[in-house]
Amino acid sequence: MLSKRYAYADSGRCVSCGVCTKVCPMNAISIFKGCFAVVKEELCIGCGKCQKICPAACITIKERGAL
Amino acid sequence: MKKRHWYDYLWIWSIIYFALGFFNILFAWLGLIDFLVPIIIAIFGGNKFFCNNLCGRGQLFSKLGTDCKCSRMKKAPKWLSSKWFRYGFMIFFLTMFVNMVFNTYLVAEGASSLKEVITLLWTIKVPWGWTYQQGVVYDWIAQFSFGFYSLMLTSAIIGLIVMIFYKPRTWCSFCPMGTMTQAICKIKAHKEIKK
Ligand code: SF4
Ligand code: SF4
Ligand code: SF4
Repeated sequence: MLSKRYAYADSGRCVSCGVCTKVCPMNAISIFKGCFAVVKEELCIGCGKCQKICPAACITIKERGAL
Repeated sequence: MKKRHWYDYLWIWSIIYFALGFFNILFAWLGLIDFLVPIIIAIFGGNKFFCNNLCGRGQLFSKLGTDCKCSRMKKAPKWLSSKWFRYGFMIFFLTMFVNMVFNTYLVAEGASSLKEVITLLWTIKVPWGWTYQQGVVYDWIAQFSFGFYSLMLTSAIIGLIVMIFYKPRTWCSFCPMGTMTQAICKIKAHKEIKK
């Protein structure tokens, strides 16, 4: 089952530092070719750890729309 | 708990680097590794493996900020990670770097003499003479050491301050090396991002 929430990283503001990848318990984030963070939505459990640590504050936790 | 890699301990290198410069300034040259490796990885690998995994300084901020709870964990002002500030700071930093290399050149040419000081935050001069005995190497080699160590220490101090006030890795959001390597990666991945 998918979690209610998931993380979304703003590629325009991301500084590709990679801290989010270190704290994610699900290994759901990776840095796309050194450019920005990409969240695999289906793996993300919406715990918000990445959002809390991100120095550029570019991660938002979103609700998954009812499907 | 994530699997630990050998490179997860590189924060120790960061401490060793500053400690060595306390005893013998010539060790400052080793800091060039932290300048060249990220750029080489970005140019040839097209990624930020250095920032993401290898950077001892970033790891040290994470250790102190997250593990030792020395960070207020507050959101930093938005402009600090905005493009204009990041690129502006990078240009400022590179200008200071070129200025430092030019001073080295002046000493090499004999136009100015070796100054055994560390300059913090580009203004505060701290006598650092005990770390060097004049005549051990060419003056310019020593001059570069003092200049380079100054830059490294200055950026570490700024990094520690923003670590305390904001998030552990706030320095990384405007670190010139981070900005530069990200820019290289973006240029390299240009076509794919456009798609
Ligand atoms: S919200 Fe949690 S699971 Fe989702 S990407 Fe962030 S750290 Fe990983
Ligand atoms: S922590 Fe934030 S700035 Fe750093 S890579 Fe992740 S999303 Fe980007
Ligand atoms: S942004 Fe700078 S301090 Fe942070 S990991 Fe990269 S090189 Fe290290």
